[in-house]
Amino acid sequence: MSKVNVIKNSNLSSYSSSAIASSVAQIATAESCSIIFYPANSYGLEIAPRTAVKLEAGYISDCIGLDYNGGDIIASKPVYAGKAVTKSKSERTNKIFSLRPNIFTASESNSTSVTICDFAVNISDKDLKVKITGLSKNEGKLDVSEADKVVSGGRGLKGPENFYIVEDLAKSIGGAVGASRAVVDAGWRPHGEQVGQTGKTVSPNIYIALAISGAVQHLAGMSSSKIIVAINKDKDAPIFKVADYGIVGDIFDVVPKLTAKINSLS
Amino acid sequence: MNVLVCVSRVPDTATRVEIGADGKSINNNGVKYILNPYDEYALEEGLRLVEKNGGEVTVCTVGADVCVDILRTSLAMGAEKAVHIKSEETLDSFSVAKNIAEVAKSANYDVIILGRQSIDFDSFQMVSMLGEMLELPSVSMVAKLDINGTLVTGERDIEGGKEIFETSLPAVISVQKGINEPRYPKLPQIMKAKSKPIDARPAIETEKYTSVLSMEIPAKQRVGKILTDSDSDINELVRLLREEAKVI
Repeated sequence: MSKVNVIKNSNLSSYSSSAIASSVAQIATAESCSIIFYPANSYGLEIAPRTAVKLEAGYISDCIGLDYNGGDIIASKPVYAGKAVTKSKSERTNKIFSLRPNIFTASESNSTSVTICDFAVNISDKDLKVKITGLSKNEGKLDVSEADKVVSGGRGLKGPENFYIVEDLAKSIGGAVGASRAVVDAGWRPHGEQVGQTGKTVSPNIYIALAISGAVQHLAGMSSSKIIVAINKDKDAPIFKVADYGIVGDIFDVVPKLTAKINSLS
Repeated sequence: MNVLVCVSRVPDTATRVEIGADGKSINNNGVKYILNPYDEYALEEGLRLVEKNGGEVTVCTVGADVCVDILRTSLAMGAEKAVHIKSEETLDSFSVAKNIAEVAKSANYDVIILGRQSIDFDSFQMVSMLGEMLELPSVSMVAKLDINGTLVTGERDIEGGKEIFETSLPAVISVQKGINEPRYPKLPQIMKAKSKPIDARPAIETEKYTSVLSMEIPAKQRVGKILTDSDSDINELVRLLREEAKVI
């Protein structure tokens, strides 16, 4: 890295995708930057497409890999919730990529000096039409898409009153609670906890599936997890096919013992 | 209030994906296609807006002739009109947005509503691209939406919480699961939908912005150690997770 442009503008004190996209486009134009990276989070995913339209750039979202091939950048991107991965490229001079969080690692810069400059931008009223007036955090609850340990429960729990089994195990390893679509659709758990194709895609270090059979749409949302553990009484459940470790058994019997063992060691 | 709802036709979530002969798209054999699940929430939200404020919902899709089935489904749910922008070739996101923006420019929609993503390419691009092309405010991942006159307030999901926002019509909104409970079309509506108009027009050609070179199924080797429910195996699982996998 050799230069950092800092934008200070009172119109940017509150988030506006349009104002940030406009600011980035102004910097890119002034600095002749033809490649722009954004994080593929709830901000980058809003700002990047607007920047792409402004700069007439080819934009590829939610990339998990980038290969530099001659003058081209070949981007790997999960599709169908991760059931497949495409390799694609921008056909335009200007190229924008949003990168999935926690996939790319930063490396040390070998540049000897970095210039830090103030950069003035023009922000028009039409870029300030959306105002953020408040923020509510999910207090004390770890978000399933951000956690590096996830314990999810499925319909085999038989009812919402039994989810303490999932919560206790999650607590013992310091993880977040997830749920299958069946459980969310039945109203047992909030949809923010749903893992799968119409819920959240997760890739934690450890994913523990309790009484989840492993429907295709669920597997799509969690199969990129580093280690998968399944506990299910049906030895033929599809979840075992993607599991690193599994126990064939009744969760009501096995999981409390497992939780107690983990708690006894920590 | 006139509402445009953008919909797309996607493989059912139960689809096991196989790569097609061209090596860059899926094999369609035996694949069941459905209205994108997030678009059902968008359509339901649009229908509730016109039930409250008057006006009508128009649905719009970009795609091949076969996409007419999801337009009929949308009309059966309660949309009054449909626009089918036809293209047998799969267009990139920029081109799809450009085509929808042209439709939006030809009518004065108060609000354009989309699902947060289509569950095929998962690109999350349409809402912001349309906002930019139409010079309108846009908000994505909206989990709660209230529109009173031209004032729009609501909540959008962000990592670990919600943002409360305010904007004004006309606007482009993408909605999250849970914003409402989509209705099921009833038989009389399904019959009535057959005579509702579908305005079919060819897609306008745009330059290619991005292209897909190949598609593959990710393969990950799994350890596959399956144990019994004995106490010693439960202890062994804890040992494996601590010492072999080193994840707890």
